[in-house]
Amino acid sequence: MEVMREPFANVESGRRVNPETLAIRSVTARRLLRGGELEGSNPGAHLEEGHLEGERLERYVHERVLTTTLDKAVAWARSNSFFPATFGLACCAIEMMSIVAARVDVARFGFEAFRASPRQADLLVLSGRVSIKMAPIVRRIYDQMLEPKWTISMGACCSSMGVFNNYALVPADKFMPIDVHVPGCPPRPEALMHGVLKLRKMVQQDPDLSWRERYGALGTEEAPGSAHDERGARNGSDESSAHGRPVGSGALSGSSGRGGSGRA
Amino acid sequence: MSAKSAYRQMEESITLAPVEEQLADWGGGREREELLTLNMGPHHPATHGVLRLLVTLQGEVVRDIKPVIGYVHTGIEKTAEDKSYWKVIPVIERMDYLSYYFNAMAFCSAVEAIAEVEVPKRAQYLRVIHLELNRIMSHLVWLGTSALDLGAISMFWYCFREREQILDLFEMSSGQRMHTRYFQVGGVIEDIPRGFAEKLEAFLRVMPNRADQYNALLHSNEIVLQRLRGTCPLDAQTLLDLGVSGPLLRAAGNPWDLRKASPYCSYGDFDFKIPVGTVGDNYDRFAVRLAEIYESVKIITSALEGLPEGPHITTDRKVALPPRHELATSMEALIHHFKLVTEGMRVPPGEYYAAIESPRGELGCFVRSDGSSKPARVHMRDPSFVNLQALAAMAEGSYIADLIATLAMLDPILGGIDR
Repeated sequence: MEVMREPFANVESGRRVNPETLAIRSVTARRLLRGGELEGSNPGAHLEEGHLEGERLERYVHERVLTTTLDKAVAWARSNSFFPATFGLACCAIEMMSIVAARVDVARFGFEAFRASPRQADLLVLSGRVSIKMAPIVRRIYDQMLEPKWTISMGACCSSMGVFNNYALVPADKFMPIDVHVPGCPPRPEALMHGVLKLRKMVQQDPDLSWRERYGALGTEEAPGSAHDERGARNGSDESSAHGRPVGSGALSGSSGRGGSGRA
Repeated sequence: MSAKSAYRQMEESITLAPVEEQLADWGGGREREELLTLNMGPHHPATHGVLRLLVTLQGEVVRDIKPVIGYVHTGIEKTAEDKSYWKVIPVIERMDYLSYYFNAMAFCSAVEAIAEVEVPKRAQYLRVIHLELNRIMSHLVWLGTSALDLGAISMFWYCFREREQILDLFEMSSGQRMHTRYFQVGGVIEDIPRGFAEKLEAFLRVMPNRADQYNALLHSNEIVLQRLRGTCPLDAQTLLDLGVSGPLLRAAGNPWDLRKASPYCSYGDFDFKIPVGTVGDNYDRFAVRLAEIYESVKIITSALEGLPEGPHITTDRKVALPPRHELATSMEALIHHFKLVTEGMRVPPGEYYAAIESPRGELGCFVRSDGSSKPARVHMRDPSFVNLQALAAMAEGSYIADLIATLAMLDPILGGIDR
């Protein structure tokens, strides 16, 4: 089907073309593509006020208006615009760079805007081996990212310590929540892409946005002014809620009803 | 030392007297002497891995740099002591993750020297082909990411386009894109498959043109030139004193290349040149690496033309696995296969230091054997680790923006530094 394009002013007659007719032509084209029939000799006529009633109005609205919930629309938008942090650890970082390059081209899924600051990022791809020296820094970067935030553990090393499996490394699950594990040493760019699409699907299903809710870690928030080891002693006392911590913040007090429902 | 560029002269001619007078009123004039310690990394977009630099600044001028390393320490050397010789290769390959063939080559050469294994000529040529492809690949990643640091984002896409072609070749010959474990003690694991040579030839035809395009893009880019020319030079003698080798040393005019200085693996058969620079500034470091791509293409072309027939791995059954078809007919082959797979090869007691020319300089591997099937000690002399020492000497007294460019031109690989 060919959409006709006409200049707004007809050169020969000098007659102005109504911009609305252009819109109607494209609507007609879309209808023809779907296999619908043209309505009457002048398809634009019914657009005038009051011409549509009953079933035709229903159909008109149905063809033009998409209904959804706000949550779903936001989840759709969020899942198509990840902002990964520019953070490479080792070998996998090179393959992570290559998914941005032309062959795999992750920009197709709105994934390519790597952010240098964790404050601007919402996805952390752990690409490589995490040593014990590096682990606190990785955790700090993760904590600096704003919610909602997601993580992909790329490669065998940060999922399971991989071929090394020795004193120097620590798997990422030991110190931070991971949403998607991508196996491989290093994973092919396609494998990472698969992981990204898994994460995309997970985010589209509208999971709990806070990682604490997703992974049942409510109550592990650090209270302002209280040290870690004091928390056990102060737990449950009135003093704790006075510090602004959530009420009933016993360790792992359970997630909300939707906890973990979005696991890919 | 080269003459200052027009831009630098203009920059230094600007007088900040009015501003400084105001500052003098405000803080008693001590700001100009005050030092600022800036922490770069370990997570920093311009550090090529998890390197942490404690930079002491006076205004914008770098006065001191202390690199803090160890953030990707993986315990590779210690792990190698716990594995039999053929299982060490994949661990060693993951050390400097942009030159995995070189890591395997250094280790295999050391073991071959101790065990006195003869490597067939065809295996040597296949090794040269893969080593030089790896060198091009490493330089491409360096060029793409360094240009990214300088703000030229398009180079990244061009370089990774060619890198994918090389990785396709690696995948064809070994089944893996990275960490291929293609080199074995005594040769290579498999002969190149059918169609590899044609694909490689097609790549070799394309690559010099692509390198011309990089040259055209970057050498005609005034911003790149201004940022590289005359910044952070270091003379050859200082570099030698610091133990620096590879393109950094060659950029300063010293044509030291182990492929020429002590030819290993049939490198003496090929005709190639060693690109050298003149003053050893960032521009020379950049130009030397770019010129090396052409030379590597030349080496691969002649190695492919002169690829001899013969076995791809040694026929010594105590070292290399017997061919698969022999297992069904020969009891001896079955025993050898069983012993090699379960226990691994035994290497007579001895020690050897094998050094090769990696994309970053002299990559050495020291192996000590105690006669068992596991090495008693494996130590790698990684060029990135030694070259990083020169960073402070290069960048002291320069602007902090030049420090980023210098770090990019130094091309450190943190996996190799921390091991």
